[in-house]
Amino acid sequence: MPAVSETREAVEKLAKSNYEWGFETNVEMDLAPKGLNEDIVRLISARKKEPQWMLDWRLKAFRAWQDMSEPDWAKIKHPPIDYQDAHYFAQPKKKSGPKSLDEVDPELLRTYEKLGIPLHEQEMLAGVEGAGQKTPVAVDAVFDSVSVATTFRKTLAEAGVIFCPISEAIIEHPELVKKYLGTVVPVADNFFSALNSAVFTDGSFVYVPKGVRCPMELSTYFRINARNTGQFERTLIIAEDQATVSYLEGCTAPQRDENQLHAAVVELVAMEDAFIKYSTVQNWYPGDENGKGGIYNFVTKRGICKGDRARISWTQVETGSAITWKYPSCILAGKGSVGEFYSVAVTNGRQQADTGTKMIHLAPDTRSTIVAKTISAGQSDSTYRGLVRMQPKARNGRNFTQCDSLLIGDQCGAHTVPYIESRNMSARIEHEATTSKISEDQLFYCRSRGFSEEEAVGLIVNGFCREVLKELPMEFAVEAQKLLQISLEGSVG
Amino acid sequence: MSDFLKIEGLKAQIDADGTPKEILKGLDLTIPKGEVHAIMGPNGSGKSTLSYVLAGREDYEVTGGSAHFKGQDLLELEPEERAALGVFLAFQSPVELPGVNNANFLRTAVNAVRKARGEEELDAVSFLKLAREETSRLSMSGEMLKRAVNVGFSGGEKKRNEVLQMRLLKPSLAILDETDSGLDIDALRIVAEGVNSLRGPDFSSLVITHHQRLLEYIVPDRVHVMAHGRIIHSGGPEVATLLEKQGYKQFLEAAA
Ligand SMILES: Nc1ncnc2c1ncn2[C@@H]1O[C@H](COP(=O)(O)OP(=O)(O)O)[C@@H](O)[C@H]1O
Ligand SMILES: [Mg+2]
Repeated sequence: MPAVSETREAVEKLAKSNYEWGFETNVEMDLAPKGLNEDIVRLISARKKEPQWMLDWRLKAFRAWQDMSEPDWAKIKHPPIDYQDAHYFAQPKKKSGPKSLDEVDPELLRTYEKLGIPLHEQEMLAGVEGAGQKTPVAVDAVFDSVSVATTFRKTLAEAGVIFCPISEAIIEHPELVKKYLGTVVPVADNFFSALNSAVFTDGSFVYVPKGVRCPMELSTYFRINARNTGQFERTLIIAEDQATVSYLEGCTAPQRDENQLHAAVVELVAMEDAFIKYSTVQNWYPGDENGKGGIYNFVTKRGICKGDRARISWTQVETGSAITWKYPSCILAGKGSVGEFYSVAVTNGRQQADTGTKMIHLAPDTRSTIVAKTISAGQSDSTYRGLVRMQPKARNGRNFTQCDSLLIGDQCGAHTVPYIESRNMSARIEHEATTSKISEDQLFYCRSRGFSEEEAVGLIVNGFCREVLKELPMEFAVEAQKLLQISLEGSVG
Repeated sequence: MSDFLKIEGLKAQIDADGTPKEILKGLDLTIPKGEVHAIMGPNGSGKSTLSYVLAGREDYEVTGGSAHFKGQDLLELEPEERAALGVFLAFQSPVELPGVNNANFLRTAVNAVRKARGEEELDAVSFLKLAREETSRLSMSGEMLKRAVNVGFSGGEKKRNEVLQMRLLKPSLAILDETDSGLDIDALRIVAEGVNSLRGPDFSSLVITHHQRLLEYIVPDRVHVMAHGRIIHSGGPEVATLLEKQGYKQFLEAAA
């Protein structure tokens, strides 16, 4: 039997093995009643002790959401989502906010351990001085909806960097939040962003002042933990003139039987000569072999290069979720500003991904680069959807797009949907696309050198993704490779 | 027990667009421990097929006969298990692995077989030292280690890369499938030296070639003539000289 079909069988068997990180921690939860109405929005705002302006903002979003309907243009299918059948607020029970890690529920720390958070980060989480010689990583851990531990606040504060849960920023830095929240992703931008705006419970806030290079990588680990709790993170990152910041987001989720909605909104604002690098490793629970119980991941991520020569770079490794709907985008409003999108999307089993980017060139001499790698296995379906728009003022705008698909087995699908809108004669847009399969020759070559079939597939896939993986910060590169290997174990045929 | 590799009545076929096509038609071959044997034969006689079947390629279906190596039924083993047992195939057409760093590939391969053989794995530093020694021995540029496996390599570079892998993986049975083709005379000498320096009581080799020239540098213990999926004649190194002078005709007629 040809090796590929045999691999597929082996893999299909493996796909049935349990989601490696599917476990649940046992922390008591403070749950709001199921359902979504104005009272729930008020309750969330009240629990967060928010000022009136924030509540008004939420209510406005909620009313807008009520008049909207789910988008239907993406190449994804799912049973209708009952928005009234979920809890919109869940919080681990605690007496008062932890002053130090000692006060953090040991169960939580064990969770991090199970998640395989790298040892040096655990050490830092535990406050061990001088752990490793690498760039330190600040971890603002979001456990369910509430941030429970923030480290390195002091070092960051000395540099003038604000890095805190957004709920705290709303209270401590209202002028900044008011000024920027909803300016990149307007409240009623889309169905899911409106929902998020109404009910978001937490997320991260980052402010890097003028001329400051953020002294460490910022990292947040998200994790869904409460049964039937939608997750609505809200992240806002602002880099003033000449400021530089690298933000890392990663997540895994426990096993579930009911679909869970995840609708995050991330907004980035880069001023003159500022650079924001946003990296994601996404590994939400993809569902069982029948696709049951996986996370629905509807994310709106957008950055604006407001100032001249500003640069925003998105890097994502998407391996999880039952459904991924996600288009990290850049609005290039500053002259000579730069947008980048590097993506690896792996689908397997019955996963569906419709992901890509939008590069909106508004100003002269703006440049954008898109490198999207799609790997489909099992019976999964993956679509790259990208928009490059050159507005009349984007003289000499440049875009380079490369989309490569790798198919594993013959039951999966990969699609490339590039939209190109050029309203400007001097703009140049290049698009390259390839589709390939892992060949028998490659598998046999590797195996004859001592690799197992799975290792061979992992090796080939990691090679395929190399251009993207090398964009990840060191902290994430290893984890991402491991993740690809893990998803291959259960997903590649 | 000096029979290291023992092939008896080996038959193998391939699925050619739905119809099975028999390529190996009852092949017998024995290579004792420590010996180097050569196989020569016209194009299409099944030499590469034999090398693939021995290395475990799954699209060839074995329909009869047996192949034992070190007393083990080779045909029962997965390709990677054969590699661990000491079988190495230098491919006639080495395969490109885009984006896979050559040094990384080599180290992972070396450690995979070392682990399977119960040997200690090499750390990055000692591996790199070893790899540098071996590349310079084969007159390869160190750059080759940094590039993607075989991607953009010239024909000669690919062949040298195969020999590099062979030397690092330390096989006890090396099958070289036309490793000499596409090599100039200097490269041929270097590659031959790369094989010869491995020769010893624990190293056997099956050298598949079209040209007697290679066998001037790697002097074989035996030479086998292969045609239509069988070994039709075996003799000493003089057979190669004879073939070079007179071609396959006489052997084919004698076998007919
Ligand atoms: N995958 C294949 N499909 C169909 N025919 C094949 C395949 N592989 C080899 N053959 C045929 O088998 C015969 C032997 O091939 P091969 O082993 O490559 O010979 P050699 O290496 O001696 O030149 C040839 O006729 C070749 O065309
Ligand atoms: Mg051949």
